[in-house]
Amino acid sequence: MVTALFFYLFAGVCVASAFMVIAAKNPVHSVLYLILAFVNAAGLFVLMGAEFLAMILIVVYVGAVAVLFLFVVMMLDVDFSELKQGVLQYLPFGLLVGGIFLAELLLVVGAWTISGNLPQASAAAATNVDNTEAIGLVLYTRYVYYFQAAGIVLLISMIGAIVLTLHHRERVRRQSIPAQNARTPATAIEIRKVRAGQGLEP
Amino acid sequence: MSVVYSSYLPLLPELALAIGAMVLLLAGVMQGEGSARTVNVLTIFVLIAVGAFVVMIPPGRHTFFGDSFIVDDFARFLKLLTLAGSVGAMLLSLNFLKVERLQKFEYGPLILLSSLGMLVLISAADLIALYLGLEMMSLALYVIAAFDRDNVRSTEAGLKYFVLGALSSGMLLYGASLIYGFTGTISFAGIAKAAGQGAPPLGLIFGLVFLFVGFCFKISAVPFHMWTPDVYEGAPTPVTAFFAAAPKVAGIAMFVRASIVAFPGITEQWQQIVVFVAIASMALGSFAAIGQRNIKRLLAYSSIGHMGFALVGLAAGSVEGVQGVLIYVAIYVAMTLGTFAVVLSMRRDGVLVENIYDLSGLARTHPTIAFMLAALLFSLAGIPPLAGFFAKFYVFLAAINAGLYTLAVVGVLTSVVGAYYYLLIVKIMYFDEPARGFAPMPGSLRLVLAIGGLSNLLFFVYPAPLIGAASAAAKSLF
Repeated sequence: MVTALFFYLFAGVCVASAFMVIAAKNPVHSVLYLILAFVNAAGLFVLMGAEFLAMILIVVYVGAVAVLFLFVVMMLDVDFSELKQGVLQYLPFGLLVGGIFLAELLLVVGAWTISGNLPQASAAAATNVDNTEAIGLVLYTRYVYYFQAAGIVLLISMIGAIVLTLHHRERVRRQSIPAQNARTPATAIEIRKVRAGQGLEP
Repeated sequence: MSVVYSSYLPLLPELALAIGAMVLLLAGVMQGEGSARTVNVLTIFVLIAVGAFVVMIPPGRHTFFGDSFIVDDFARFLKLLTLAGSVGAMLLSLNFLKVERLQKFEYGPLILLSSLGMLVLISAADLIALYLGLEMMSLALYVIAAFDRDNVRSTEAGLKYFVLGALSSGMLLYGASLIYGFTGTISFAGIAKAAGQGAPPLGLIFGLVFLFVGFCFKISAVPFHMWTPDVYEGAPTPVTAFFAAAPKVAGIAMFVRASIVAFPGITEQWQQIVVFVAIASMALGSFAAIGQRNIKRLLAYSSIGHMGFALVGLAAGSVEGVQGVLIYVAIYVAMTLGTFAVVLSMRRDGVLVENIYDLSGLARTHPTIAFMLAALLFSLAGIPPLAGFFAKFYVFLAAINAGLYTLAVVGVLTSVVGAYYYLLIVKIMYFDEPARGFAPMPGSLRLVLAIGGLSNLLFFVYPAPLIGAASAAAKSLF
């Protein structure tokens, strides 16, 4: 009963805030609604007993992705009101395409008979370990191949970002911490006696 | 201990490729930009060494990591072919990178990592390994498409390829999740078992269609080919040669393995998709290329058409058909790399020219190059006794034996249409007034052109090794 209540709470807020993401006038508000949608989706995961996924959703999507979005939205000078000006003009056509899609989907769903003998995905075997521990038990053993392959995919994306954006500028004076630390009074200071009425240079 | 080591021998190519790429990357970072040429030359040696490791794998069928990684004759054949394509593309790149001032040490490691993705893809025996291999291959390809980052066309090509590639990956994943949902397993063998019982559920067919959309995008088959001409034209030319050779092999490999191994029980469901895609690709590849004057765009349409011809063999769905696909892809790689060697030598006043009329009178200015290119073009058109004829012969034969007469007839007709634009280039080279000659052809390009051209010219003398290897590879799938 309580679970159902929370399900409807999370699901309702999630859908409503997802709608507000595209409806909000201010892009910063859009991102904030997006964060709200993520947090509610995490709540749904908790209800399903997938607490690891819930936490990952908060850490990765709210903590990193959404904050990055926020930075981009605030730092790029994009006139969003201008972008949205054409909306009314394209609305009839958009509705038409959407309507066709909806009709097609209804046709498919109407023809869709979910037979009773569908295979059940194998449920988690052990019940005495929690999510995180269960993933940890297989991630580096049974799924080490996937794990390493995913690591290489990330390596490629890192190389790509560097190759495509890093500019080595010539003649830029860079700070060298070791050189600074290696300076001593002997290399940095020169003590001269200056006689009255004469300059330093002869 | 030695027993344990030798049992992991089939993994050696992938391990060597991954470690080689990382070592070369580190060496490049340590030595700075000046090491770029050395790193890129070493890349070729790494690829050749990996090829030797593939040959060293003991015969038979090996599976690893809970059956997600499989090495059989099919994988061996295609891995060697992919590596050959990568070596050819690297050879084509060396001089280009130097002249165009694109010497960066990341180029070689990116090619290596992309090749690693292709090998993973070829050996993938479940949906997750397939997706990881695909992304590994594609991400590196997106980056090297935009490698000439100060050139607007190159960055546009990279961005276009990236956006459309991400979309197609999304479709593929959607299909994969539907297939998992309706069969309860991700392994190809498990899917085959679940799909074989009784009438296949509608959701499985849905997933299959989406999966095939992703495949068709990666091998640039119609109707998911739109990116190909723009990306081929915009990307630096040796990168285009790479795109046209190695990833196509890997794409065809995953297409064939997934269709034959995962969905043998519902062949008639996917056969009609492949038949349609093959007919559409052959037709578009032939007709759309007629109006092209830019040789890179022309070769893009030509590659679309050739993927259509290769799929004719898959549509047959038989051992014979798969053998035809393998022979076709092998000959296609040799023809494509040879042709691109000529395209890369079309350098006048230090600038690469790309119009087909720049080849005017090549027979008088550079008779040897013109003869080789003419042989390659005749081969691409499928004129006997060149290799391209045998490639088409085997796929059409398989289609006829499988009862797909319409497909075979359409294939023959479109190859006649396609012959027009190949022969047009031959006519320009041999009968038009000579234009100014090109700069002398660098040695690495000569090597690729000689190997590509001679293997096409002399294939009919001794075809047994390729046909035998393809036959063994095809049998290992069934």
